[in-house]
Amino acid sequence: MFANLAKLGRYRALIQTLVVRDLKARYRGSVLGFFWSFFNPALLLFIYTFVFTKVLPSSHPPDMEPFALFMFCGILPWTWFSSSLLESSNTLIAGGNLIKKVLFPAEVLPIVTVLANMVHFFLGLPILAAFVIYYQRPVDPIELLWFPVIVLVQLILTTGLAMFLSALTVHFRDLKDLLGNILTLWFFATPIIYSIEMAPADMRWWLNLNPMTHLMRSYQEVLFFEGPLGHQKWLAALGVISVVVFLAGYFVFDRLRDSFAEEV
Amino acid sequence: MKPAIEVLNVSKVYRRYARRKQFATLKSALLDGSLIGDLKPEDAFPALRGVSFSVPKGCTYGVIGRNGSGKSTLLKCVAGITRPTEGSVVVDGRISALIELGAGFHPEISGRENIFINGIMLGLTKKEVTRRFDEIVDFAEMAEFIDAPVKTYSSGMYMRLGFAVAIHVDPEVLLVDEVLAVGDQGFTHKCLDKFSEFRRRNKSILLVTHSLDLVEKFCDEAHWLDRGKTKGEGDPKRVVAAYVIDVEDSEENELAKAESARVAASASAEATAEATSSQVARQVARDFSPAKNPAIEEDAPQNPVDDASTPRDGFKSAEGRWGTREIEITDVTISGPGGETGHVFQSGDAIKVHMQVTAKEPITDFVFGLGLFNADGVCVYGTNTGLEELSLSEINGTGEVTFTMDHLDLVEGTYRLDLAAHKLDGYPYDYHRLLYTFRIKSRVRDVGIYRPDHKWSFGGNIKSKEDLGS
Repeated sequence: MFANLAKLGRYRALIQTLVVRDLKARYRGSVLGFFWSFFNPALLLFIYTFVFTKVLPSSHPPDMEPFALFMFCGILPWTWFSSSLLESSNTLIAGGNLIKKVLFPAEVLPIVTVLANMVHFFLGLPILAAFVIYYQRPVDPIELLWFPVIVLVQLILTTGLAMFLSALTVHFRDLKDLLGNILTLWFFATPIIYSIEMAPADMRWWLNLNPMTHLMRSYQEVLFFEGPLGHQKWLAALGVISVVVFLAGYFVFDRLRDSFAEEV
Repeated sequence: MKPAIEVLNVSKVYRRYARRKQFATLKSALLDGSLIGDLKPEDAFPALRGVSFSVPKGCTYGVIGRNGSGKSTLLKCVAGITRPTEGSVVVDGRISALIELGAGFHPEISGRENIFINGIMLGLTKKEVTRRFDEIVDFAEMAEFIDAPVKTYSSGMYMRLGFAVAIHVDPEVLLVDEVLAVGDQGFTHKCLDKFSEFRRRNKSILLVTHSLDLVEKFCDEAHWLDRGKTKGEGDPKRVVAAYVIDVEDSEENELAKAESARVAASASAEATAEATSSQVARQVARDFSPAKNPAIEEDAPQNPVDDASTPRDGFKSAEGRWGTREIEITDVTISGPGGETGHVFQSGDAIKVHMQVTAKEPITDFVFGLGLFNADGVCVYGTNTGLEELSLSEINGTGEVTFTMDHLDLVEGTYRLDLAAHKLDGYPYDYHRLLYTFRIKSRVRDVGIYRPDHKWSFGGNIKSKEDLGS
């Protein structure tokens, strides 16, 4: 397993090319092309602003203004997370031709999916930044240094889960359908459109078990809440867990590797 | 010197299971934690059984065998795409596998970008692709369209581009799976030239193909797989010859089986008619013959065979059997030059068609006929004893009829026979329409139907290594 893991480094160029291909192909044929990566989050932000200021103005405490920005801090990374998992569950099957006909390291496929979605996440960040500036949120530049750390933790966690899901979906195609529902549940079980303080006290314990809670909270603390980051310990623990998840995911993937060419 | 490919006792077992069972495994797999699941023998399909060979550096090695004999599985094992269930495969040097061309092309992006992606996928660096880019485009003959998205390519263009990229990876070991049918003649030649260049540079090729010519001309060694097992190995000419004989044998069996099924089917159709009174049977036969089967008239003396050149509808009438059975053809065999019965012969063989006939009561008005058709339904030849004015006077009880052709000079193909016993005016006693099939084999790829016995000779300033003849 570790020998294979070490080989992963050699596929850098391949991964890079495939990510670029993925991004190019996604918007090929559309008029706005790459701009969709900016427009999509902007439109999303607009919708949430409308819903939570006009339709449901009393859904959040007044000290959480601008609430749309708060939600956006969570939705953007959540989108990266959930679409990575959804796409990676299908990625080996979609890339079946490669696995069956070309000598091709299969783990590249889920990694490419996660990375391509990460690039989309990055492309959404300028929109987020624009709104942070527009609302004149006080963002501590030192705190901002934590941002890449949070992204890294999320990357490791997401990649681990993506490996696990992509390998299992080859054998149990039902996972694809199941996953959509699980992710919806997971979305609402994560403090994204509410803050953890808004949840009932007895629910907080449960929410704390959810790794995504701490990721989202970290993003929110860096970008939304004032004052110093108070989440380092959780983040550190999550970092360790992410590495474990990644290794476990890779282990399962590696075990099932030989079956892909036959089952896909 | 270390061999380029070393395959040792490789077996590959594919698991087969019903869809249902796969659903069941989700639960059980989660319960007992064994995600791979145990193999049960009844679920296993052995695609390869203990295959061993080694390919020295610079050798072109051909693998032949029937469909489903495990050739492609072997190639995939060598390529490392699947792992053998048992045994080991060692390959020395970079592999490029021409298994499916253009696998991994993305339809939405241009040919140019796809060359880069495909090249990197096959193990080149970006720099190497850049260096070979023009060569690849030239080879694929695609300069005009290289910036169009791949989805707009024709399938030939797609394959050519895939081939061009794969061949320019510059591997030590090239695996080729039946991909030479990619382009027109010109392109195929270019591919072969490229293979020759590979050989000159002491690289190894493992070639899986159905093209026996290619194996004979190109390979240093050949390997014959049959149902996953090695059936022959060594000198290509010898292996190919053995393979061809085996294929003929199985064609023979197949034809024999099909023929007995056809004869049985027409006999059982007849049996229902026979159950009724002979009066009715006769009536049926009469209704049947002129309207639906004018073919019968073809054999009648007043209507000679020259009609055959313009086959009428009746000539295309399906296989079957009809007639009153006053004279019955009870058994038909076709035999080759050695006298053994069979269904596959070489062009120019002496062939005998042998009929057993029975008449229940003495009959004086009778003719035996034979028609030979090719697979397109064109009458190659037709005759009968009436046309040839053989004065047969009476049949009573059983008899034998043998039709001998000293040289059946036909080109390769499948041929079918009509055999009949009827009255001089065409009234059928027992008409067997296209019930007997045989195949003519030839090593010469000539065309047409008939091959006149011939010889080429040359004079003047034309030199040849030998007189070409057949």
